[in-house]
Amino acid sequence: MNKVAVIDYGMGNLHSVAKALEHVGNNTRVSVTADAKTILEADRVIFPGVGAIRDCMAEIRRLGIDDIVAEAVRSKPLLAICVGMQALMERSEENGGVDCLGIVKGQVKRFANAVDPQSGASLLLDESGEALKVPHMGWNIVQQTGTHPLWSGIADGTRFYFVHSYYVALGAGEKAAGVTHYGVDITAALSKGNIFAVQFHPEKSQHGGLQLLRNFLSWNGEN
Amino acid sequence: MALAKRIIPCLDCDNGRVVKGVKFLDIRDAGDPVEISRRYSDAGADEITFLDITASHEGRDTTVHTVEAIAGQVFIPLTVGGGIRTLEDIRTMLNAGADKVSINTAAVFNPDFVREAAERFGSQCIVVAIDAKKVSAEGESPRWEIFTHGGRKPTGIDAIEWAKRMVKYGAGEILLTSMDRDGTKSGFDLALNRAISNAVSVPIIASGGVGNLQDLVDGVVEGHADAVLAASIFHFGEYSIGEAKQYMAERGITMRL
Repeated sequence: MNKVAVIDYGMGNLHSVAKALEHVGNNTRVSVTADAKTILEADRVIFPGVGAIRDCMAEIRRLGIDDIVAEAVRSKPLLAICVGMQALMERSEENGGVDCLGIVKGQVKRFANAVDPQSGASLLLDESGEALKVPHMGWNIVQQTGTHPLWSGIADGTRFYFVHSYYVALGAGEKAAGVTHYGVDITAALSKGNIFAVQFHPEKSQHGGLQLLRNFLSWNGEN
Repeated sequence: MALAKRIIPCLDCDNGRVVKGVKFLDIRDAGDPVEISRRYSDAGADEITFLDITASHEGRDTTVHTVEAIAGQVFIPLTVGGGIRTLEDIRTMLNAGADKVSINTAAVFNPDFVREAAERFGSQCIVVAIDAKKVSAEGESPRWEIFTHGGRKPTGIDAIEWAKRMVKYGAGEILLTSMDRDGTKSGFDLALNRAISNAVSVPIIASGGVGNLQDLVDGVVEGHADAVLAASIFHFGEYSIGEAKQYMAERGITMRL
């Protein structure tokens, strides 16, 4: 029995992740839980998250998820998704600046590459100077930056479903597993030991996403 | 290459069946929502929108079960709208497997509901549906107002100002329906779409009036829509999702093929 714990700290739609895992997993038991024992006894851990980082971090700390995640990544594969990925970083610009878990070096930044000269508001422009919509919402291309067991069977350049207004800029020495361009280059996926983290939603990315989840269910961590 | 424009088939459901009204009347039965969602997803739909037009309490329970069934089999984003009035309604739909909820009438009666919903669940899952109708006369500079109750009740609220306000309150996306065009198959109201898309920072889903594939292209190119929503052209088999995506891609629009 492959035991997968989806960490539940009250933020977002964990049922999508659980349903997708059940769909692709044979002999897999998925628990949606905040219980330390269940998470640490699982074979694999999913660290999801949606919504605002301040609320996410508050709940993560209140429920002791910070310690559980830190311990889990020492011993088993962990897949972080969307705000779960952002929570692994050192700090986010969202909500006026929020300290995150600091498990991976880097910052979470608001999508912007220009400033409106009139209003002073930050803008995100494409190469031709057209304004891009924020949130970055929809299917975008992920360029794989190397081989990784989680990319197995997924063509380089496959589109995945994104929905986010902030993105991860990795610190020195950290390794992206995939990059996406939307006005700026963003870290679409990163790998670090037992951790694989994705900014997109594999549970909502049809074939490519389901394949990534399938790969995660048979991944034993590291590379 | 860039972010793809999205095609979103819309399922209007009453008591667990997909129906489609013409100008919100004259309902024809079109089938099982789970089966249709799966077919659309397999064909390359980028998202599914499920609009619940059920009025009865029992029907709402059916809707929750239908959403659960779709979410268990279809692994693309699912938006549920219709009758979303309380934070509890949102939680119920998200727990059933919806990724986003679409708020319409409730936002007009209580704009703070949108703010509360975005704060509680995150802007990424809050879509505000705007039903707009042109109220300016021929020759005047164009003006649109928002309508509620399936387009029957005027509110006196300017559509562009309303869209800006909803985004300020935390809407992550706008589903914009032209009440003048809905069900007419005469194409989107492109001026309306462009006006709202250019006024706000969030993505706009154009809706109402699609009659052929060129209408979808026009919605993106001239209407500046980030996504296009259509129902009857897909439900009744006039065009497939695949044909629509191919057609748009051939005209230079970035699509997920």
